[in-house]
Amino acid sequence: MFKAIAARIQQKHRTMKYPDGAPPPLPDRFRGRPVIDTAKCPAGCDACEAACPTGALDAQDRGAIDLGKCLFCTACADACPRQAITHSHNYQLAARSRSDLTVARERPAVEVAGAALDARLKKLLGRSLKLRQVSAGGCNACEADTNVLGTVGWDLGRFGIQFVASPRHADGLLVTGPVSRNMELALRKTYDAVSDPRIVIAVGACAISGGPYAGHAEVAGGAAAIVPVDLFIPGCPPHPLTILDGLLRLIGRIEDPPSG
Amino acid sequence: MSDARPQLARLANGKAVAYDTLPVLAAEDFRDAILGGVAAHQRVSALFGTASPVPGAVRLHVVLADDERNRLFAAATDVTGSEFASLTPACPQVHLFEREIAEQFGLRPVGHPWLKPVRYCRAWTGRDAWNRPADQPILPAVGDFYRVEGEQVHEVAVGPVHAGVIEPGHFRFQCHGEQVFHLEIALGYQHRGVEQALIGGPGARTLHVTETLAGDATVAHATTYSQVTEALAGCRTSPRAQALRAVALELERLANHIGDLGALAGDVGFLPTASFCGRIRGDFLNMTALLCGSRFGRGLVRPGGVGFDVDAGRLAELGRRLDAGLKDATVAIQLLWSTQSVMARFEEVGHLPRQVAADLGIVGPAARASGLERDIRHDQPSGMYCFSHAPVSTCEAGDVFSRAYVRWMEIQYAVAFIRNQLRSLPTGAPQAPIPALAPNHFAVALNEGWRGEVCHVAITDAQGRFSRYKVVDPSFHNWPGLAYALRNQEISDFPICNKSFNLSYCGHDL
Ligand code: SF4
Ligand code: SF4
Repeated sequence: MFKAIAARIQQKHRTMKYPDGAPPPLPDRFRGRPVIDTAKCPAGCDACEAACPTGALDAQDRGAIDLGKCLFCTACADACPRQAITHSHNYQLAARSRSDLTVARERPAVEVAGAALDARLKKLLGRSLKLRQVSAGGCNACEADTNVLGTVGWDLGRFGIQFVASPRHADGLLVTGPVSRNMELALRKTYDAVSDPRIVIAVGACAISGGPYAGHAEVAGGAAAIVPVDLFIPGCPPHPLTILDGLLRLIGRIEDPPSG
Repeated sequence: MSDARPQLARLANGKAVAYDTLPVLAAEDFRDAILGGVAAHQRVSALFGTASPVPGAVRLHVVLADDERNRLFAAATDVTGSEFASLTPACPQVHLFEREIAEQFGLRPVGHPWLKPVRYCRAWTGRDAWNRPADQPILPAVGDFYRVEGEQVHEVAVGPVHAGVIEPGHFRFQCHGEQVFHLEIALGYQHRGVEQALIGGPGARTLHVTETLAGDATVAHATTYSQVTEALAGCRTSPRAQALRAVALELERLANHIGDLGALAGDVGFLPTASFCGRIRGDFLNMTALLCGSRFGRGLVRPGGVGFDVDAGRLAELGRRLDAGLKDATVAIQLLWSTQSVMARFEEVGHLPRQVAADLGIVGPAARASGLERDIRHDQPSGMYCFSHAPVSTCEAGDVFSRAYVRWMEIQYAVAFIRNQLRSLPTGAPQAPIPALAPNHFAVALNEGWRGEVCHVAITDAQGRFSRYKVVDPSFHNWPGLAYALRNQEISDFPICNKSFNLSYCGHDL
């Protein structure tokens, strides 16, 4: 008992101030929202597209990166002869709409897409959001960094957000993985077991687009192929701060920045 | 036993050989080679099929690891027709490999005691070992389960979707009251077709697919993949790159072991250590992110070396965080061993006897906790582990406590290992260019990931592309160990038994 108390004192209070204080520091090599300076692109160059493992760079519209497909691997930046692509520290990547995940050439690095629920749903949920997690064919890193939000440093519970043990207790689903064929039925059934209105959050490149497994016959290529998705959180895996930011903007605990 | 095994090719970890030096044995010789090797304390690291140059045949390959003498052996055999004699009754550790061969190639291992699918998917050959109709979907976990009959025996089914934030799998318990007679585990829900996708590589996506074979073992799998390609390309990585890879592999071990000890504490309701370790695990993930920006080491290990170098400032920061992390972890973990109520729950639960662990081919901390001295870093070292040694941590009892305590010992050794590397990091370029891969070659690489042996085997075609890329995650060996450990336990002990193994679903399902 005394040992436990002594240990508790040694380990200190660790819950972060964010969102009321500053967010926790990101590593200096953190790869957030990519920025493309197409003014630097030599005519006819397609080095970045050729290097991209997932086709996140659109051949038709060079300078546009689909964050829903992006693995944040920097192959494009490494391949670029003019350093036109850099990865910023902007971690606010979540968006309500799939099309908002495309970083078009005119958009600045600081832009953040809208993630808030409409007022009716927000009111209905009140100050509580119970989620059932469905893991469906990914690599388990998205699950791991979702789980981290439950640890003392992040303490997701203080926002009324909780992972629950039954879809019957849930307001919605948090889906990870590209939805393997073998998980399709389970995802559908879990979704059906959540009462309406319900929300679905797709976390990670896999759940948005199939990620590194896009195009494999064994996967559906993302959660939206099976159930309607209300929030997309890009990354491979997204940093816990990116996931938390998405969840908090969804429920209105922090405001969406005004769109530029 | 004579020193040379003439009928097998001798290989080394992280080396390639010309494919035609691999002997193609008659079925009986192939069988004898495996049984003889296992009788001489070798392990089956891989047993898998490929297309055969002989029309209509499937070629089976085996890789045997001789840990006592730091050697690998390989051989092949052609199976014509649609069946072969199962080795499982004489050699239980191949049981899942044979089920996988049946599933992928439609070959029936005749005499296999429990021939069920592994991942519930269609065969690559169009021939189905179970004669399932081609026009009906294959559904996971649908089929016979082992049943115990009796008036008061009941069945408990759990999954695929679990109560927490956990990967999917299906568990069937045959229970008598609280007592579990038998547990059968049906997986395959995470199957996403990675072995098929790796054929024809390497390409732009290959590294990413190998990094995500098991996301919490990114460094182990990416290192193993890199070593396979380096072997095939004849590329030499710098000592500096090798040291940084080893540092990252040990950081991965630290984060996961600390997380597991916290999760074990949580499962017996001991919240102080559960909450401390949950956070400390994050501190170690952030050390990996200090090196490369990703908490899981994405982009850190690449063929030819590492994607990120470190300067003196970064090394000093890593050393500082490592000291703080170990200090916090020591306080949090020591609390476990000095708390009676925790020890009472950990000891004599989930027992995996040494001989059973050996028979099942268990690897990693789970094997060492049952008294088996096997650790690739020690037995078949590659890279920095050839020069810098970590002691092999073993326990005898094979229970939950042993699996927890082995982790604690490994945590301390891993920190010492990293400190050692940071003190004298060799010089050299972080990354060397990778030439084209040698055509018609065969290469094996092994690493001791935090769960145990990660094994990759690559075979190249005439163009130097992968005609087969076999992945064996340690979980593939170890899931049956968990099922065994549950025998005669209370069903309420399942969470701690499960956590004490903490196996990967995606690494198994591929
Ligand atoms: S960072 Fe994204 S866009 Fe660039 S190559 Fe990697 S996956 Fe493609
Ligand atoms: S998005 Fe990336 S990190 Fe997340 S499950 Fe898929 S492969 Fe893993």
